[in-house]
Amino acid sequence: MTKHFLSGNEAFAYGVSLAKPDVISAYPITPQTIVVERLAEMVEDGSLKSEFIHVESEHSALSCAIGASAAGARAFTATSSQGLLYMAECLPYASGGRFPIVMMNANRSTALPWNIYGDQRDSVLMMDSGWIQVYAETAQESLDLALMAFYIAEDRRVMTPVMVNLDGFVLTHTYEVVDVPSQELVEKYLPPYETENKLDMDSPKNLGYSVGPDYNLEFKYLEHIGVQNAADVIVEAENRFAEVFGRSYPGLVDAYLCEDADYVIITLGTIAGLCRETADLLRTNGIKAGVLRLRYIRPFPNYEIAEILKNTKAVGVLEKDISFGNEGTIYTNVNSALYKAGLKMPSYNFIGGLGGRDITKENIQEAYKHIIDGGKKVNFIGLEVNADE
Amino acid sequence: MKPTLKTFNKPTHIGELPNGTYFEAGHLVSKNAGWRTKRPVIDKNKCKGCLECYLYCPDGVIGKADGKVAIDYDFCKGCGICVKSCKFNAIKMEGER
Repeated sequence: MTKHFLSGNEAFAYGVSLAKPDVISAYPITPQTIVVERLAEMVEDGSLKSEFIHVESEHSALSCAIGASAAGARAFTATSSQGLLYMAECLPYASGGRFPIVMMNANRSTALPWNIYGDQRDSVLMMDSGWIQVYAETAQESLDLALMAFYIAEDRRVMTPVMVNLDGFVLTHTYEVVDVPSQELVEKYLPPYETENKLDMDSPKNLGYSVGPDYNLEFKYLEHIGVQNAADVIVEAENRFAEVFGRSYPGLVDAYLCEDADYVIITLGTIAGLCRETADLLRTNGIKAGVLRLRYIRPFPNYEIAEILKNTKAVGVLEKDISFGNEGTIYTNVNSALYKAGLKMPSYNFIGGLGGRDITKENIQEAYKHIIDGGKKVNFIGLEVNADE
Repeated sequence: MKPTLKTFNKPTHIGELPNGTYFEAGHLVSKNAGWRTKRPVIDKNKCKGCLECYLYCPDGVIGKADGKVAIDYDFCKGCGICVKSCKFNAIKMEGER
């Protein structure tokens, strides 16, 4: 294990290279570009023996990864924002075909208005695509997730592609000291990919076929079970990761000071750090604040949310996305988890950070105040102009 | 080698279905020729066995049976391309009854 000073993108590129994918097919897009550049450099200098396919679009990037996976290869791609939307048709192809591809998505706003900065509307839009979705908070977690993503995706009980999301710029372009594990250790952790779901001259297969109304529902049922199975496999992947590398992760959610918390902010991605700092500050004033970072949103941590929040007085969901005309999609999902568990505490929604707008500590303090005092359910935070109706 | 029709055993448990869109190649379980209005018929006396029609058939339903060129009517869609491809006028379309 060696220490490197890396950005989120670079850390992820290191993680992918250690997983030794047979095929990498990707098209560069801000703020994902650097992960593609670093991998291309590693292939160019011979340190990474992957087939690097320079495709002409994101639609082709994922199509190539699907083709590679159907040939039995470990495949990787990366994208962001408009690129993710452009490859949207291929996402259910990959998940429905049960191809365990790993994709990094640099979370970025979607047009119009055109904007290259970070929010999570791109990946949240793809929540129903059948992919497992996880959100990293640090560069170290990014590298580690690159390895765990292949472990989880390729598990026989799962066989589902994984999208690892890194907040654009805030995580992809900021630097921190990262432990880069040795290739020997990674090989102990991640066995080579084996599957029957592949082209094979000795055992010819019909691949990617159509299924009519007579069995289509059963195929979709199996797909649902695959993503649900991931909940246990994620924990196994993390336990094994801790055994091999000595670093542990907390499963589908990362709870901070939630045991005795009266008021909890639920969020995902990098903003969780500032939420924790704000919770610390509130605790010095005697307010029992907590933070629940959702790491995985597919499979959705229904059980974990209900279990952790069962004694909480009120909660707020802070998210960088909005389902226009309704509310934030994470809020919808969290409310469903609470309702199913019979929990009736008030819950509020805070929409912020769209198009790269900073979410400040003051914004988060106001959000906690709103959770405590009560008020409007769905709130935009950090608006720079008066939006009173 | 042309795959032959197999008996389909209806699965009763979800575990019998493949976990993904993959299965043994050539696993044909149902006939597929229902919309044919005309069928190509080979005149055995005119047929030279050159298999030009086999090369042109878009559905791969032409092969040999008992040493003679034969059409698999379980899968022939009745497009008539074989009729046009035959240099010996050995194939004619006949109406389905």
